[in-house]
Amino acid sequence: MSEPQILLQAHDVAKHFGGVKALHDVSLTIRRGEIYGLIGPNGAGKTTFFNCLTGLYKNESGHFVFDGVKLTADAPHKAAEVGIARTFQNIRLFGNMTAIENVMVGRHLRTHAGVLGAITRNRATMAEEAAITRRAEELLHYVGIHERAHDHAKNLSYGDQRRLEIARALATEPKLLALDEPAAGMNGTETEALRVLVEGICKDGVTVLLIEHDVKLVMGLCGRVAVLDYGEKICEDVPAVVQKDPRVIEAYLGGSVA
Amino acid sequence: MNEQLKKAAPWQRHWLAVVLIGVVLLAVPFVAALGGQAWVRIANFAILYIFLALGLNIVVGYAGLLDLGYVAFYAVGAYVYALLASPHFGLHLPFWVILPLGAAIACLFGMLLGAPTLKLRGDYLAIVTLGFGEIIRIFLNNLNAPINVTNGAQGITLIDPIRIGDFSFADTTTIFGLDISGPQKYYFLLVALAIMVIIVNIRLQNSRVGRAWQAIREDEVAAKACGINTRNIKLLAFAMGASFGGVAGGVFSAMQGFVSPESFSLMESITILAMVVLGGMGHIPGVILGAILLTALPEVLRYGIEPLQDALFGRMIIDPESLRMLIFGLSMVLVMRFRPAGLWPSPQRRRELAESAN
Repeated sequence: MSEPQILLQAHDVAKHFGGVKALHDVSLTIRRGEIYGLIGPNGAGKTTFFNCLTGLYKNESGHFVFDGVKLTADAPHKAAEVGIARTFQNIRLFGNMTAIENVMVGRHLRTHAGVLGAITRNRATMAEEAAITRRAEELLHYVGIHERAHDHAKNLSYGDQRRLEIARALATEPKLLALDEPAAGMNGTETEALRVLVEGICKDGVTVLLIEHDVKLVMGLCGRVAVLDYGEKICEDVPAVVQKDPRVIEAYLGGSVA
Repeated sequence: MNEQLKKAAPWQRHWLAVVLIGVVLLAVPFVAALGGQAWVRIANFAILYIFLALGLNIVVGYAGLLDLGYVAFYAVGAYVYALLASPHFGLHLPFWVILPLGAAIACLFGMLLGAPTLKLRGDYLAIVTLGFGEIIRIFLNNLNAPINVTNGAQGITLIDPIRIGDFSFADTTTIFGLDISGPQKYYFLLVALAIMVIIVNIRLQNSRVGRAWQAIREDEVAAKACGINTRNIKLLAFAMGASFGGVAGGVFSAMQGFVSPESFSLMESITILAMVVLGGMGHIPGVILGAILLTALPEVLRYGIEPLQDALFGRMIIDPESLRMLIFGLSMVLVMRFRPAGLWPSPQRRRELAESAN
């Protein structure tokens, strides 16, 4: 174990929208190889946290240290470059491209062919193109939707679209895969299949950060869980402890139960 | 296996079509010449517009960036050629220096336009590009003082034709007893250029860069999250499109022997955009069809309306020029109303529109 244990550290990350404090000095630590859950009621700031982490938003204060390097998150593509891939709460696929093309776009970051290569179709470009296609096929297999490879992304079922988004994210060779409510709108069977998939991804060496509403899924899947409420982290621990924390129960049920 | 074969060599499956197209392409300038050299020139312009429309197709069709100032790059290419190969400055550089130079300078202007518009999309982008096109035209119109660079509204005359050694594209040559006129020579040059731009379009479409453009068109945020540097990739689209505009401008200059700012009006930008949209955005055969129709239709109407009115009414009832624009405009409205994806859209785009209509 030469690699450091800690993959991501958030230090006092704050984000305001006008007068609304969406995130209030949130700090958390994600260890390499774990599945880390981020839960909280609607509007607690989970997605805002994701957006700050992946560079879609600029946080007013605080910073992230990823894999030992401080992130200067000024552009989302740079977050992807250092190894943070994400999916979106409201699935954002390239709807009019086929499933396999979506994953091939994910390979963009780790490939190099430019305009000249494309026009001359030289050997290096063709080899790279073949490698992109091969890898995309593998990833579609991996998430289990390879039969739909040549269908347009928008024509896939909801569950398959979620899987495709994960495949596209994995194509960027992430160290951290950030999933924003991947089980939203899924039925029991689909959620179970997703659980198996995420576990597999983690076993294959990708750390997972998971935002989820489905408490059962989070409790079954995550090694550790942080709870956000009104932009503040109110609790961080193993699921069994979090579940019994009175602050968490209050946040979710909106009142003291003690 | 069969799939692979289809992808590998479409021309092997369609060799008959390729031969036919080749024969037609060869015959066009000679058939057109029967009606006079004017028709050869019209054919030349049709091909020049194919070239321009396919250049614009990279920006609008692939990357989805609505550019209303495309003619600016055409103008830059034309003036680079005109200034470096005419008595205006007394420079007579050979075309193989000027055409690439024109492309490079147009490319530079493409990035100049691209840079401030990177954060804009849709309508806002269209307005800025429209302004850019006008700025260039106004500059060309007024750069005759204090130092006379562009000769203002009078334009630049006596521009050198394209010349390879003693072989000039301007005069008639006899090969194997066949007289080949200047416009006919330009025709073949333009066909060669058009084939080149078609190949570039096809190859870019199915490449890493082409996919990135398509991804940006589909969802820019998701494209960024996939690690695509959208700024560079968009600039690349502007630069590529602009370079083609620059080359087209250079050939235009050489072919006409004369340029003036009047040739680069907003109307011209809109016509080129209309070719792309009317034919079928992002679909190469569609764009080609659009370019041919929009070049040929006004000319056919120009020559057809007068005799037609004469035959029908025995006299001129409506001014042919007004009627021409009326028919032209009406046909555009009808096409967009009944075939919103264009006359010959890609199967994919047809589906997109069919679905959004439901």
